[in-house]
Amino acid sequence: MSVIEMKLEREVAAETIKIQARKVQVHYGTNHALKDVDVDILSKNVTAFIGPSGCGKSTFLRCLNRMNDTVASAKVSGSILLDGADIYDPRVDPVQLRAKVGMVFQKPNPFPKSIYDNVAYGPKIHGLTRSKAELDEVVESCLRKAALWNEVKDRLQSPGTGLSGGQQQRLCIARAIATSPEVLLMDEPCSALDPIATAQVEELIDELRSQFSVVIVTHSMQQAARVSQRTAFFHLGHLVEYGETGTIFTNPKDPRTESYITGRIG
Amino acid sequence: MSIGLLSLILLALATAGYLVARTRAVASAGGDARRLHSLPAFHGRLTAMSVLVPAAVILILWLIFEGFAIRGAALSQLKPSDVPDGSTMDLIMSDVGRIADGLNQLEARGTELAPLLASPDALAAALKDVGVAQGGAPTPDTILAAQASREALRTSRIGLSIVTLAAAVAGLVLVLRRITPEFRARNATEALSMWLLIGASLIAVGTTLGIVLSLLSETLHFFRLYDFRDFFFNLTWNPKFTGGSDLGIWPLIWGTIYVSAIALAVAVPIGLFSAVYLAEYASKRTRAYVKPLIEILAGIPTIVYGLFALVTVGPLLRDWISIPMGIGNSSSSVMTAGLVMGIMVIPFVSSLSDDIINAVPQSLRDGSLGLGATPSETIRQVVLPAALPGIVGAILLAASRAIGETMIVVLGAGAAAQLSLNPFEAMTTVTVKIVSQLTGDTEFNSPETLVAFALGLTLFTLTLCLNIVALIIVRKYREQYE
Amino acid sequence: MTDMTDHPLLMPDARTKARNAAERRFRAYGLTAITLALAALVWLLVSIFSAGLPAFKQTFITFPVTLDAATLDKSGKLDPVEMAKVTTIGYGKLIDKAFAAEIEAKGIAHEVKPKELGDMISEQAGASLRDMVLANPALVGQTIQFQALANGRIDGYFKGRVTMETASRDKNTSPEKLALADKLRDAGVIAVKLNPGFLTMSDASDKRPEAAGLGVAILGSLYMVVIVLCLALPIGVAASVYLEEFAPKNTFTDIIEVNIANLAAVPSIVYGILGLAIFINFAGLPQSAPIVGGLVLTLMTLPRIIIPTRAALKAVPPSIRDAALGVGASKLQTVTHHVLPLAAPGILTGTIIGLAQALGESAPLLLIGMVAFVKDFPGLPPQGLFDPAAALPVQIYNWTQRGDPGFVERASGAIIVLLVFLVVMNAAAIYLRRKYERRW
Repeated sequence: MSVIEMKLEREVAAETIKIQARKVQVHYGTNHALKDVDVDILSKNVTAFIGPSGCGKSTFLRCLNRMNDTVASAKVSGSILLDGADIYDPRVDPVQLRAKVGMVFQKPNPFPKSIYDNVAYGPKIHGLTRSKAELDEVVESCLRKAALWNEVKDRLQSPGTGLSGGQQQRLCIARAIATSPEVLLMDEPCSALDPIATAQVEELIDELRSQFSVVIVTHSMQQAARVSQRTAFFHLGHLVEYGETGTIFTNPKDPRTESYITGRIG
Repeated sequence: MSIGLLSLILLALATAGYLVARTRAVASAGGDARRLHSLPAFHGRLTAMSVLVPAAVILILWLIFEGFAIRGAALSQLKPSDVPDGSTMDLIMSDVGRIADGLNQLEARGTELAPLLASPDALAAALKDVGVAQGGAPTPDTILAAQASREALRTSRIGLSIVTLAAAVAGLVLVLRRITPEFRARNATEALSMWLLIGASLIAVGTTLGIVLSLLSETLHFFRLYDFRDFFFNLTWNPKFTGGSDLGIWPLIWGTIYVSAIALAVAVPIGLFSAVYLAEYASKRTRAYVKPLIEILAGIPTIVYGLFALVTVGPLLRDWISIPMGIGNSSSSVMTAGLVMGIMVIPFVSSLSDDIINAVPQSLRDGSLGLGATPSETIRQVVLPAALPGIVGAILLAASRAIGETMIVVLGAGAAAQLSLNPFEAMTTVTVKIVSQLTGDTEFNSPETLVAFALGLTLFTLTLCLNIVALIIVRKYREQYE
Repeated sequence: MTDMTDHPLLMPDARTKARNAAERRFRAYGLTAITLALAALVWLLVSIFSAGLPAFKQTFITFPVTLDAATLDKSGKLDPVEMAKVTTIGYGKLIDKAFAAEIEAKGIAHEVKPKELGDMISEQAGASLRDMVLANPALVGQTIQFQALANGRIDGYFKGRVTMETASRDKNTSPEKLALADKLRDAGVIAVKLNPGFLTMSDASDKRPEAAGLGVAILGSLYMVVIVLCLALPIGVAASVYLEEFAPKNTFTDIIEVNIANLAAVPSIVYGILGLAIFINFAGLPQSAPIVGGLVLTLMTLPRIIIPTRAALKAVPPSIRDAALGVGASKLQTVTHHVLPLAAPGILTGTIIGLAQALGESAPLLLIGMVAFVKDFPGLPPQGLFDPAAALPVQIYNWTQRGDPGFVERASGAIIVLLVFLVVMNAAAIYLRRKYERRW
């Protein structure tokens, strides 16, 4: 368990609460998908959500930038505060919210446009840049942050769909950080990737921590242990346990967490 | 022997063959059907098929080509001098056909034919009596020709009966003789069935061939009578049945394009926006009701739209727009036909576009929405560009539909062939002229009639190109997301 | 973007407001488009129904007619051949006389010239009375209560198509006649009743729209649809089975496939040209005959049946085929015993929709001579398939080309009949699909 030990020693940055969720419930039609979830997500931290399939971890992630609004049958209650403002307040425009809380999806989903246009899409729709030169700069810096620049700088105009799976996912990350979000949500970002691409993306996540707070949903406990500072374990729509990653993995309080980590459920 | 009786005999033979073969098969195995390679029913089926299939093929082919022989027999009795001035061999031949028909009816009534055949006047009176319409009065030569054609028909039918029955019996005997316990009747039946299936799929190819060949041959016939340069480069369309017509295609092409363009200008925005709304915004319930309602528009026969153009839309446009604005006084106009056709084409654009928009993966929408794009930004900048090839295909199919549409333009666009820009004037299209040149009593030897085939070929080629391009685009598009 | 005032989330900026307005506009465009499409549908149906419904009612004039033996049966022997020599005009005169007598008997004052009184009755009346008497010679000498069709203009007056004003400009009628018609209605001689004849009578000439009916057209359409069903369904299913289950994947089958897809999109009028060239000119089949119409529509419908049939076959999961092949059934047995029965609902639905399209098709039928004026009913099949007949959609077209405005009403009425048939067929298809459709 050397990874876990390394983790234990990694210092946890001085925290401020970025997102505060209280009594969050989600219903899909008659299906009660999420029950009374309370979580505080800290800034400049990687928070991992783990749990068996269908436990509600992705559902909760999609609550954080109101992507559940696009599912007609979904009903969300409870409160989720971003920097103290309730994101479900009727005055909040989900469009503005999602610029601050970006999202990366399970399957790489580059638009059928050029690499450049994929990254420039967010800044363009939100009107973040004033000139072409400024936009070029944003695109380059985001691609650099996503560790993709060197691989694509000569073919920015070729279609994003032509990249390899790992490159596509890094392109999607570049696209997500181009709107300078404050929180980056990642929904199993490595599940469609091979081990080498996964390692690259994980490395990237660790670097992104310096600027954003990152929330990652993952199936892989090793991955949660490798990249996150805090971990939340979901089971059957409940948040079972939430705490520092090291503690969760070495000394879980709840027997269900222990069963999951040791491979007896899930 | 009449065709009906012949068919009945063939069916009876087949049934008998089925029963006999079954019994024989069981008997050949000593009454134990388990010793047979194939079930007794297969022996029966094979026999029935061997009786019916060759006989039916012969019957059909014979009937198709019989007309030739009969016409030839009648023609051999006619001399060029039998054709009076101002008439044609075709007209004389239709007289011959009517006389032969009348003679058959007279014979059926039991009238003595010999005195009538001797006297054209008596025959004319007798024919009038049985209610046979007459073109020209019968002449000795046309009577001879009519008799010859009746004779040829009689001979042909006797020959047909003999040949088909022989084929049927031959099939029956051949199969019955081969029945043994080891005979692989099932395999033989299936091989034969396979040929029938292949034959059925070849009918589609045959149809295309028939279309292309009949259009091509009559078009060539037309170009022998009328210079193709005039057809393609003359800008006037003015057929006169006395000869000396101008048959330039451009006024018709222009009308066709103008009407179709207006139709698309109506249908594309309405169809596309409807499709986008239904696919992206509408609730499941709304969609379940509205989509079939819009598709009703595609199920309504075109004659209904034609009448709608003629009695409702045309007069409305004339009384409220063209006369007050002084830009026309005709109720049939390019605008009338175009508007109504546009309504008809809406579902062709909306349904296909809706399917295509739905085929765009949800992950692309999530990607865009997750970046904070509004739904309409997502649609305009991600969904529609991704669906574009498919939508173009849908629009091309709609265009091909509009170009080939007949009844709406026949009733709504008018008949005046002209090159004009005013959409409130009556203009005409390729399809309208095909109808007007080919309806009524037609003779297939004047350029005024034959031009319809050249128009048909133009229309066929035009729509074929549009269809193929559209099909390729749509198919490519589907593969992209499968 | 980086300026973090108190709660920027709660205060939408100008740009977001503009973007949301654009969003609302975009949705409004979509709603407008759908509204326009549905409004067009409603407009179309309302316009057709309001013009067509009156066709199902007709104005009848009922009065006693004495069937005078001296005029109708001069020989006095009730010999049908002799009696047939009295023409329709002879009967017409009898009717006119009886009508004038009836008006006098009721004591109705009017300003119509005595000679023109008969114009109020349809020219068809003489023919109907003659048919009635010839069918039943015993009527001669009796006085019967005769129900005659009113002239189209009188009929139009009661349906609101003709007014006093238009009548004064119309040489076929006059305001005096309309005034008389009003009085006759009050006297119970004229009445507007349901008109079953619209569905059963044959077409009538240009001058008597009131007598025109759809009988021949309905029968002709029925013949053609039956021909299409008998030919297109077996051939279509056979072709689909071959292409979907047996055909090897090679250039040849590829050509057949592209060809079928293209045939489904060939303009229908091209099939008319094909029918004219092949069936009429080449094979010598008669013009205007249901057999030719049926064959042309069969060729047109084939691809439209093959495409849904193949989709239905494709929807049957391969596991079913594997199961049948696994117990030693041959490929053909697998298809006929298992795949076809499972695909049957889809095939039937596609066939019914294809037949409905064939029923409504008019353009190709124009070219094979089905616009001809056909007064006589075609005989019974199979010989009747070669007799001249009309077809519903072509009959509608035919009526739109007539001068008398009464025919527009008839054409719209005929469309209602056609639409009723189509609705029934499509409803059957939807019912079949709902009831038997299975999802794998």
